[in-house]
Amino acid sequence: MFTQDSDSIGIVSARRAHFDTPLSLKSGAVLDSYELVYETYGELNADRSNAVLICHALSGNHHVAGVYADNPKNTGWWNNMIGPGKPVDTRKFFVIGINNLGGCHGSTGPVSTNDKTGKRFGPDFPLVTTGDWAKTYVRFADMFGIDHFAAVIGGSLGGMSAMQLALDAPERVRHAVVIAASARLTAQNIAFNDVARQAILTDPDFHDGDYYSHGTHPRRGLRLARMLGHITYLSDDSMASKFGRELRNGSLAFNYDVEFQIESYLHHQGDKFADLFDANTYLLMTKALDYFDPSQDYDGNLSAAFARAQADFLVLSFTSDWRFSPERSRDIVKALLDNKLNVSYAEIPSSYGHDSFLMQDDYYHQLIRAYMNNIAL
Amino acid sequence: MMTTEISRSALTLRPDFATIAAWIRPGSSVLDLGCGDGTLLYYLRDKLDVRGYGVEIDAHNILACMKNGINVIQNDLEAGLSEFEGGSFDYVILSQTLQAMKNTEYIIREMLRVGKEGIVSFPNFGYWRNRIQVASGHMPVSPTLPYQWYDTPNVHLCTLHDFEQLCQQHRVNILERRVMNNDRKVTFLPNLFGILAFYRFSHEA
Repeated sequence: MFTQDSDSIGIVSARRAHFDTPLSLKSGAVLDSYELVYETYGELNADRSNAVLICHALSGNHHVAGVYADNPKNTGWWNNMIGPGKPVDTRKFFVIGINNLGGCHGSTGPVSTNDKTGKRFGPDFPLVTTGDWAKTYVRFADMFGIDHFAAVIGGSLGGMSAMQLALDAPERVRHAVVIAASARLTAQNIAFNDVARQAILTDPDFHDGDYYSHGTHPRRGLRLARMLGHITYLSDDSMASKFGRELRNGSLAFNYDVEFQIESYLHHQGDKFADLFDANTYLLMTKALDYFDPSQDYDGNLSAAFARAQADFLVLSFTSDWRFSPERSRDIVKALLDNKLNVSYAEIPSSYGHDSFLMQDDYYHQLIRAYMNNIAL
Repeated sequence: MMTTEISRSALTLRPDFATIAAWIRPGSSVLDLGCGDGTLLYYLRDKLDVRGYGVEIDAHNILACMKNGINVIQNDLEAGLSEFEGGSFDYVILSQTLQAMKNTEYIIREMLRVGKEGIVSFPNFGYWRNRIQVASGHMPVSPTLPYQWYDTPNVHLCTLHDFEQLCQQHRVNILERRVMNNDRKVTFLPNLFGILAFYRFSHEA
């Protein structure tokens, strides 16, 4: 376990940024104004050249590192990666975590109140894309007077967001760290997302997304969606070694109650998630995943899509990740090589599946640390 | 393939790297297959303004390259160079790795698909000390061939003549050859007195 001179960033607090200029979304909808909730760690230097943007994944948020004063148990989702002396060192970098537009952790999204109607947006909140998020990141940078990000880092959907920013605002990104991501989803990926969505959409408590007015929440659907998603985040091997065929009660009961440990685990994950996450946000996040495809405007030619990128890239994949396999990362690497961009790529041995990008792993963390250390400010 | 301490001084560049570096035109593009910790690429970038990438399979070497700020792509050379477009590099280097490859002919073909020129270095099995050891009944063990027969990555050792014959068979045009005995150039009976062989080659015109 790597613990040498690293410490948690400690107590942090979230802040709100308000944006009054209308934002035109890819869907055609326009948001007159919106808010983004965010956290920062470390200090912005005099040049404003040390800002690092962390992009969260499907179920992530702005609370990337540290803990809250009133809830010391609520640790940031990437606390092992970001902090003083950690691979993304807050003694060198000013690290920013933003809850994406459409999220349910405080940024404007389905849960937020629509000023025009006085009610929650609910299903009226437009679908958003990584392209829309890239626009909000640029506006956020403008607000802070940040001319370019020293790095933009993300895993899974966060990696896609990082790529999108590097493509849409090439001069604003110096380095992009793209972890456990893909240039676009496969049919199988979309299929899993679709089943998750169907579980939510067909939940009797969904009420076409206006469940807030009915005082319900489609918990059953969200729970199933999370259980399904969770299976795709793990690997066959890790499930076998962690749970195998272990029974909760030691003998078969011949009913449909929880019998195997894996069932108990999945149910627990699903129940926990259903209480904490908004169903409408979940739906639109899966659509942002499905829609991500930079090559779409280039007849499927990813190399052509990356011609406008200027950043240096670090692309990382994990051997047991079958949701976004190493082959998907290699597709990205090829497009970068074709454009003669600076890129490094490593495939990290891991048994934790897609979730590996969130785990503590010496080799993985040393790679990130070495890469971030070499970023000149 | 061996990991070395990176040297930031031109004077202390390993002799075999210095031999290869002498063949590289300033400002060119280089792909270094089995680049170790990136020492050669670092030198080429620093001193000759060369743009390049290293390819490595070993985690320690990949991390070393990362620490040295070298573009490194993890790849298994046996599977070829599918990530690289044809003719996309001025030089493709395979330094002291050919003898450890299973797919020797394939990698040479791939080198010339991806690069305009290939540069290869390998230990010369025809070196007289190796021949003496074989004549005395043993597989040679030496500073350039430091492994025991039962525990060696070197599956395709060859002499200068063997390599030149392979080039002829595959219509590979040898542009330049240099044979070294440590830091001395060998011009007299190189197949007998040369320890390390270096070839620069391209497709036959």
